[in-house]
Amino acid sequence: MPEVAIGLWCIAGFLGIGVAATILGGRAIATPLVYGATLLVALGAVLLALTTLLGGAAPSTVVLPIGLPGIGAHFRLDALSAFFMLVVNLGAAAASLYGIGYGRHEHSPMRVLPFFGPFLAGMNLVLLAADAFSFLLSWEFMSLASWTLVVAHHREPANIRAGFIYLAMASFGTLCLLLAFGLLAAPGGDFTFAGMRGATVGGSAAALATLLALVGAGSKAGLVPLHVWLPLAHPAAPSHVSALLSGVMTKVGVYGFIRIVFDVVGDFSSWAGLVVVLAGGATAVLGVLYAVMQRDLKRLLAYSTVENIGIVFIGLGLALAFRANGQGPAAALALTAALFHVFNHSVFKSLLFFGAGAVLTATGERDTEKLGGLIHRMPQTAVVFLIGCMSIAALPPLNGFVSEWLTFQAILLSPQLPQWGLKFAVPAVGAMLALAAALAGACFVKAFGVVFLSRPRSPAAAQATEVDGFALTAMLTLAWICILAGTLPGLVVDALAPVARQLAFVALPPQAGLPWLSLVPIADSRSSYNGLVIFFFLVASGTMTAAVVHRLASRSTRKSPIWDCGYPLDSPVTQYSSSSFAQPIRRVFGTVLFGVHETVDMPRPGETRAGRFRMRVRDPAWRFVYGPLARGVLRGAVRLNRLQFLTIRRYLALVFAALIVLMLVVAIWR
Amino acid sequence: MALTVDTALAVGLALQLLQITLVVAIAPLIMGLTRKVRARLLRRRGPPLLQPYLDLWKLFHKEAVVADNASWVYRRAPYVIFAATWVAAGLVPTYATGLLFSWSADLIAVVALLGTARFALALAGMDVGTAFGGLGSSREMMIASLAEPAMLLIAFAVALIAGTTQLSAIAALFATGDVGVRVSLGLALLALIIVGIAENARIPVDNPATHLELTMVHEAMILEYSGRHLAMIEAAAQVKLVLYFSLVACLFAPFGMAAGDKSWAALALGLATWLAKLLVFAVLLPIAETTVAKMRVFRYPAFLGSAFAAAALAVFLRFVSRGF
Repeated sequence: MPEVAIGLWCIAGFLGIGVAATILGGRAIATPLVYGATLLVALGAVLLALTTLLGGAAPSTVVLPIGLPGIGAHFRLDALSAFFMLVVNLGAAAASLYGIGYGRHEHSPMRVLPFFGPFLAGMNLVLLAADAFSFLLSWEFMSLASWTLVVAHHREPANIRAGFIYLAMASFGTLCLLLAFGLLAAPGGDFTFAGMRGATVGGSAAALATLLALVGAGSKAGLVPLHVWLPLAHPAAPSHVSALLSGVMTKVGVYGFIRIVFDVVGDFSSWAGLVVVLAGGATAVLGVLYAVMQRDLKRLLAYSTVENIGIVFIGLGLALAFRANGQGPAAALALTAALFHVFNHSVFKSLLFFGAGAVLTATGERDTEKLGGLIHRMPQTAVVFLIGCMSIAALPPLNGFVSEWLTFQAILLSPQLPQWGLKFAVPAVGAMLALAAALAGACFVKAFGVVFLSRPRSPAAAQATEVDGFALTAMLTLAWICILAGTLPGLVVDALAPVARQLAFVALPPQAGLPWLSLVPIADSRSSYNGLVIFFFLVASGTMTAAVVHRLASRSTRKSPIWDCGYPLDSPVTQYSSSSFAQPIRRVFGTVLFGVHETVDMPRPGETRAGRFRMRVRDPAWRFVYGPLARGVLRGAVRLNRLQFLTIRRYLALVFAALIVLMLVVAIWR
Repeated sequence: MALTVDTALAVGLALQLLQITLVVAIAPLIMGLTRKVRARLLRRRGPPLLQPYLDLWKLFHKEAVVADNASWVYRRAPYVIFAATWVAAGLVPTYATGLLFSWSADLIAVVALLGTARFALALAGMDVGTAFGGLGSSREMMIASLAEPAMLLIAFAVALIAGTTQLSAIAALFATGDVGVRVSLGLALLALIIVGIAENARIPVDNPATHLELTMVHEAMILEYSGRHLAMIEAAAQVKLVLYFSLVACLFAPFGMAAGDKSWAALALGLATWLAKLLVFAVLLPIAETTVAKMRVFRYPAFLGSAFAAAALAVFLRFVSRGF
């Protein structure tokens, strides 16, 4: 049986689990059964993806007699699909494991269980689809299945609004992809990817298709300003689904972009790279600035996803630019960096959302202003959440740093590019990437510091209890993947080689045979990094110093009340809170971009009224893009409303006029 | 044959270990020198040169007072901060290029390791849950978010000229003198000095001697620390200063470093010139500090923005003409 057929059986398994969940109904046993089954199927799919990716198997194809009559549905499993299948199903397996424990707290499981399997099936279907029709159908199926999960808790009005905005953005994205495929169609209406790959389309049509793919897939992935649905929809779902939406489904968006632009369009000019790099840079910086200003933990994580998608698109844009100029090794480096970051982000973002879910289960709170001190109540969750925070903040020796380091190395190759626009834009984007990385550090110091450290800010936080073993196992597994991918990056880069070879036509030099397991992306003389040695040095110097200090100097410790410069205040509200932590950054970066306006109303000495602090933050996306758009649509609708109240004569005149115009258009067009 | 390989490895290991030990061993002396010079410039007598060693000794042997609600993050953080700073300092070329582990981290990784230390420090500041700790952490991360892009552009400017981000390779190339004096390198140096001042919490960004709460950043984060924990953080700060001095020396004044062959004479010369460079910087820094006043917090963006602008100019000049 070809690999792709096994993949399709996995998808059938996911769909079957959805049906079974419906039949099982709301019984208590349904939750562990459904998540246990998805866990097994997802693990099978992970195994399949790994063997395909590492085994170097030739792409396998299957044509099923479903879909459009006479055409059938084409499915194909190549290195690119296999890599994304690995990412999707690894996240799915972790989420299923987490769900076995977490799902018990779900008050309406029948709104989640029947849709969980089909959602996973939809994502996998997108990865295997090999013609435009089945691709779009799977894409819509994935969107709708995830929408049902977003509105699972439909009694909260905010969730319904989130679901509505998500649906609107998803339809818009699919529309763009539909038009892109329309432009790329091979002569004779061949809509298989193989046919479109062979067909050469004109320069302007290819350019337009690239832009449409950027908008269409970017709206799913969360490129600014198409990101607005992410911070609304991702937190609305149950936490393990949030992890899938944020950590995994955005990657399917990235896959859609890579599949269409790198594979199907194939031939493009370097300006496409410039556009994608700039979009990525803007997304990275804006995403993390939004994130750092959030109070809601899950919303903060969703905005941080926007940032990471920006980093991925910086890598992809560089790969496009290098490939357009025939610089294969540099393109392979940029692409490998982007894909490495795709993998990393899916791991640590799932981990962080699981952590947020654990916090939510233990305290019932997502608002960071009401959390604090959880490291004492949930020690294990705190450790794994800290590893996730350090990974996403791109700190060595963990994995987030490696992919950002590779991206920087690709950026440093940009002087090779002949185009002046790129030469000037890429260093600027590099600085934006550094800014995003530094702000991500601030963001996750805040996330961990306010939630897990400091004193509890509410009774709920003070009485939290550790989560169940399934959730902890899921988080611990992902934390280990973060550490392993950070210390042995060469192995991951080697695993990505088939994908790089498929899309950039060359791969990075093999890393596994290098001495000390170093990472040398281009040449020894250029740059190298060794996560393992750094990790070993850090552990050795830290433990050695601690041992020496304890042995030779003092090890006595005395507990005492907080000192706080002599004026400790008992009330937990005297601590730095989430918003106060973000204040300097808000003030430095936010005044222009977000129109942040703070007013302090301080009562004068002797007055007894309370002091007031008011802050206004304007979301630039809503203010400059969606606000005017919505107003315009409304105004147009009001104008068109008049058409509803015409006499029959006027309607007939309108029909006649439309006919004439259409005939004229046809006559002139030909 | 096997024997020679083993001796080469042993010598390499010994030279790397020497560097790793030296950066820690002389760090308090360098800090003592800056304090002494600063005191003399202010017409004070100042503490003895070796006072930082005595301070560390005293702190190490004191009882550590830990707040009731402190977690393990608070107690482990000093060691993490010290370890990360130490590893970073041990990998910046000081007296010789091409040491055994010089390839394990390039300029970007060294900067990121300092980021790891900063992350741990900022978390430690938030652990107990006081207003001062949070204030320090929040400001520190704001300064970092301004300094890091500038630092990356400096790396970019240097890498554009040297064609590599390996510090050892950059130093070896610049030491040959083939590169010569360049405008873009001058701008990068200016930017690196500004970033270094901000990162090391020196005037005008922060005042290492202040205990006026509202103006401090670094001191606010470590306000609760005492005993051996405080000693570790102080030692890390001293090592970081040596690291930045070594970085400036290795990028912009790499003369005298022992390259290729590691003969005793070359190594001795390398050590002597490195120490001399550190002493010069340790005198220059307080002179610069005493001529300016501490800035308001919200003027930092302009100060660090100038570093960013200088570094960006250095990069773009390189595109305009190879000669710059």
